[in-house]
Amino acid sequence: MTARHAMPTGDRPGIGPPLWLLAELTYRCPLQCPYCSNPLDFAQTQQELTTEEWVRVLRQGREMGAAQLGFSGGEPLVRQDLPELIAEARQLGYYTNLITSGLGLSEAKVNAFRDAGLDHIQVSFQASDPELNNAVAGSRKAFDQKLAMARAVKEAGYPMVLNFVIHRHNIHQMEDIISLCERLGADYVELATCQYYGWAFENREGLMPSKAQLEKAEAEVNRYRERLTASGSAMKLIFVTPDYYEERPKACMNGWGSLFLTVAPDGTALPCHSARLLPIDFPNVRESSLHSIWYDSPGFNHYRGDSWMPEPCRSCDEKGRDFGGCRCQAYLLTGNADNADPVCSKSPHHDRILAARQAADHATAGLEELTYRNTDNSRLFFRG
Amino acid sequence: MTKLLEQIPRLRPGFRFQWEPAQNAHVLLYPEGMVRLNDSAGAVLKEVDGQRNVADIVATLEQQFPDAGSLEDDVSEFLKDAEQQHWILFS
Ligand code: SF4
Ligand code: SF4
Repeated sequence: MTARHAMPTGDRPGIGPPLWLLAELTYRCPLQCPYCSNPLDFAQTQQELTTEEWVRVLRQGREMGAAQLGFSGGEPLVRQDLPELIAEARQLGYYTNLITSGLGLSEAKVNAFRDAGLDHIQVSFQASDPELNNAVAGSRKAFDQKLAMARAVKEAGYPMVLNFVIHRHNIHQMEDIISLCERLGADYVELATCQYYGWAFENREGLMPSKAQLEKAEAEVNRYRERLTASGSAMKLIFVTPDYYEERPKACMNGWGSLFLTVAPDGTALPCHSARLLPIDFPNVRESSLHSIWYDSPGFNHYRGDSWMPEPCRSCDEKGRDFGGCRCQAYLLTGNADNADPVCSKSPHHDRILAARQAADHATAGLEELTYRNTDNSRLFFRG
Repeated sequence: MTKLLEQIPRLRPGFRFQWEPAQNAHVLLYPEGMVRLNDSAGAVLKEVDGQRNVADIVATLEQQFPDAGSLEDDVSEFLKDAEQQHWILFS
């Protein structure tokens, strides 16, 4: 017996329902990660959605078929109405994920969220030791708090998912990171190399690992994985390698407007959490229903299908597999979001990726030279 | 090791099994993931309640699908596969 079958189709021919809803509750966050995917000018963001507005979004999403729900940010814990939103989500039938830095979390909250119906808490770490972790996060107490909260999550009976964003300053720690996770009893470990949007694009030179660093890390992860399999461990390692070292782009978000729907703190609806940087008008849940946003808005239809593609994608026989890659990456690296993702070796702009690889081989910048994500720096970006 | 038929399967912590009208299918939900199940996988997992052993589940399903003949092999094979995927645990 095989367990899977083909994806469903939604209310419009060829457009499936948004099965995943990401609720970015706020851009506020006590940390300052230099790779944060929030917009550079987050400090300018207008009023956050109210509790009632979020509840409406959750209901509409569930009616359309959304089953996975992520609460993220910023730091979602700064929203006082989080327990209320969790309870509403659970009652609607969502599988509810909380994606948190662990700051502002407490054992009492971990338990209260569980009682409200939260399914899973993902705690993100910056490194396997306090010095490096706290330097990257821009906070002196972060590491101990994260450890304590990871333990509390386990204790409360949640599946434990730990997330580490990997870059050139912690990529040498793979073994330590995985063994820390094993000691904590993690079920899933995400080792996610930076994706270069938002603050990470600004800091790319200071974050991107070299090819040699990456190969060493991959070998370490594979060795560890074999050891885990041999010992019958159920801990799952997910290593997301940077696409800058690939010759073909990733199938970004599984296709534009095909599965994922993000709602930003101010109600802007996006096909992925970094799409805000594109020169496209995206709809707002304050003005339209999620249904009309998903199926009918120009923003969500902009890159559906393949009639928008220029060459080399247009006549490429691989376009059904990667959809031409990531629109944000195309925009950031070529100035035109219609272009092929320059990760692709068929792209006429692939030299920009090659240049970034070369730069990574020779980079010397220390952590202290990165631009940290905080309100002061954000205001600078806004002024330009 | 006890025989598979005597073992009691249950969903791994953090996994949820439910019917999704929009997909017209049962799904298995877990941290940041979802598997859409076909009819037979859905029918088997629906009976996995952490109380009944595999033999009971086979008997229930054979009652539900009297035309299907013996289901022991299919069900066992599926449950072993589900265990390998770490969807379920046996106790
Ligand atoms: S990446 Fe860091 S700074 Fe950005 S929201 Fe997450 S914890 Fe806060
Ligand atoms: S040319 Fe475009 S469609 Fe073809 S592989 Fe490259 S990015 Fe994908």
